[in-house]
Amino acid sequence: MKLVTAIIKPFMLDAVRESLSEIGVQGITVTEVKGFGRQKGHTELYRGAEYVVDFLPKTKLEVAVSDSQVDSVVESISKAAHSGKIGDGKIFVSPLEQVIRIRTGETGEDAL
Amino acid sequence: MESQIFELQYAMDTFYFLVCGALVMWMAAGFAMLESGLVRSKNTTEILTKNIALYAIACTMYLVCGYELMYGGGFFLSGTDNVASMTDEAVAGVLAAQADFRGGVEDAGLPYSGASDFFFQVVFVATAMSIVSGAVAERMKLWAFLAFAVVMTGFIYPVEGGWTWGGNAVPFIGELSYSDYAGSGIVHMAGAAAALAGVILLGARKGKYGKNGEVNAIPGANLPLATLGTFILWMGWFGFNGGSTLQLSGIGVANEVASVFVNTNAAAAGGLIGALIVARILFGKADLTMALNGALAGLVAITAEPADPSALQASLIGAVGGVLVVFSILTLDKLKIDDPVGAISVHGVVGLFGVLVVPFTDGDATIGGQLLGALVIFVWVFVCSLIVWAILKAVMGIRVTEEEEFNGVDLSECGMEAYPEFTGGK
Repeated sequence: MKLVTAIIKPFMLDAVRESLSEIGVQGITVTEVKGFGRQKGHTELYRGAEYVVDFLPKTKLEVAVSDSQVDSVVESISKAAHSGKIGDGKIFVSPLEQVIRIRTGETGEDAL
Repeated sequence: MESQIFELQYAMDTFYFLVCGALVMWMAAGFAMLESGLVRSKNTTEILTKNIALYAIACTMYLVCGYELMYGGGFFLSGTDNVASMTDEAVAGVLAAQADFRGGVEDAGLPYSGASDFFFQVVFVATAMSIVSGAVAERMKLWAFLAFAVVMTGFIYPVEGGWTWGGNAVPFIGELSYSDYAGSGIVHMAGAAAALAGVILLGARKGKYGKNGEVNAIPGANLPLATLGTFILWMGWFGFNGGSTLQLSGIGVANEVASVFVNTNAAAAGGLIGALIVARILFGKADLTMALNGALAGLVAITAEPADPSALQASLIGAVGGVLVVFSILTLDKLKIDDPVGAISVHGVVGLFGVLVVPFTDGDATIGGQLLGALVIFVWVFVCSLIVWAILKAVMGIRVTEEEEFNGVDLSECGMEAYPEFTGGK
């Protein structure tokens, strides 16, 4: 099992959610986050004084998937969240030791 | 028949005065919204508390002694009409005075209820005090501010208002020949002078000015509120200037009232446009907060003489005020005078401009008389305020600790957050 964590542009979330539903992903967790990468921050202006916004708003989504699904999930997110411009975000794939469904007590791939 | 017309005129003028007073009262809401929009969310509860508490203190202190000092209305309004003035004899006396007043006899008594006069004057005191609260926002102790409000509204403002509107002689100088229709100087510049004295003793907000002289932005939390506040002030100003005509019942005064409304509106519009364009040229962007300050600057500028200018002149006077306020805000920042809402620029600098521009449209006013009046008001209010702030600083301290400032004065002064469901406001 793998945990796919993606940082994307907030307004791409709907498109990503739809494309994940299409390939049969059963659930995702979404968090509003802030951060910076190569895009860095940008400057804003208030009463004549410039200030730097270092951390830009991004959306983080986490999907737990079976090994067989990983490639299609990664591909699906990459396509849906792609604009070609700087700041599109990143996808991290990490191993997942165990999954437990709290309601039934199921474990492993049954709990996905 | 004639006496019935007098009764109607008296009733109409009294009603007009009361409604205008209620409009000015609503300006307190405008200041509260404007200021809470331009501070950070961690200081919202405190600025709201300050605004509504100062309104209550101003009303109470003016009732206790302010009205007596300014107009001789008696301590605790003992000289103002009450239930006793509702008897037939009392009404007959008022009617006789009305006949004299309408007949042009000098010193014939008020053409409206004395209580309505108090009501209209008391809301002006609150306006002057509201100006102070924005300038000292985000770092002053709540109770030091409220203690200052007691002295300002009970003594400093009434004495100064007595010299100008009340016709009292100024010590060592005598009677002023100073013309200020609704109080560009008497109310607005006075409030700004008190604010300036406070800010000088208080110091800037932490992080506002860098070591190398750079000015850091501390963006306000809620620009919709700031905009709503400006709209409310704009509306309340029709009562502020319109009511200062003091009368409505007659073709001449009714026309004057209409012209005051038109000019007040035109000046605010001119001020907003002026500030918006200057900000666009200087910064490359349309700075909303500067535009809001510009509208208020236009209103302050026209307040000293809203009746005599033509509508076009009023627009131009407002526009100059709007341009002036942008440069004033930038200059005060260079001088490290930290004013989160721009109150000193809007009410002080532009208030002075409003006073000095009166002779251009009102032939009876002179530059010399205006300068002397403005100087008397500024020196009196600034020096008195400086002394009071200094005493408060020595006795109880006027500034919260650095840690309290960092955490927000909402927690240190009021113990509650404005938006408890959104924790961790920066």
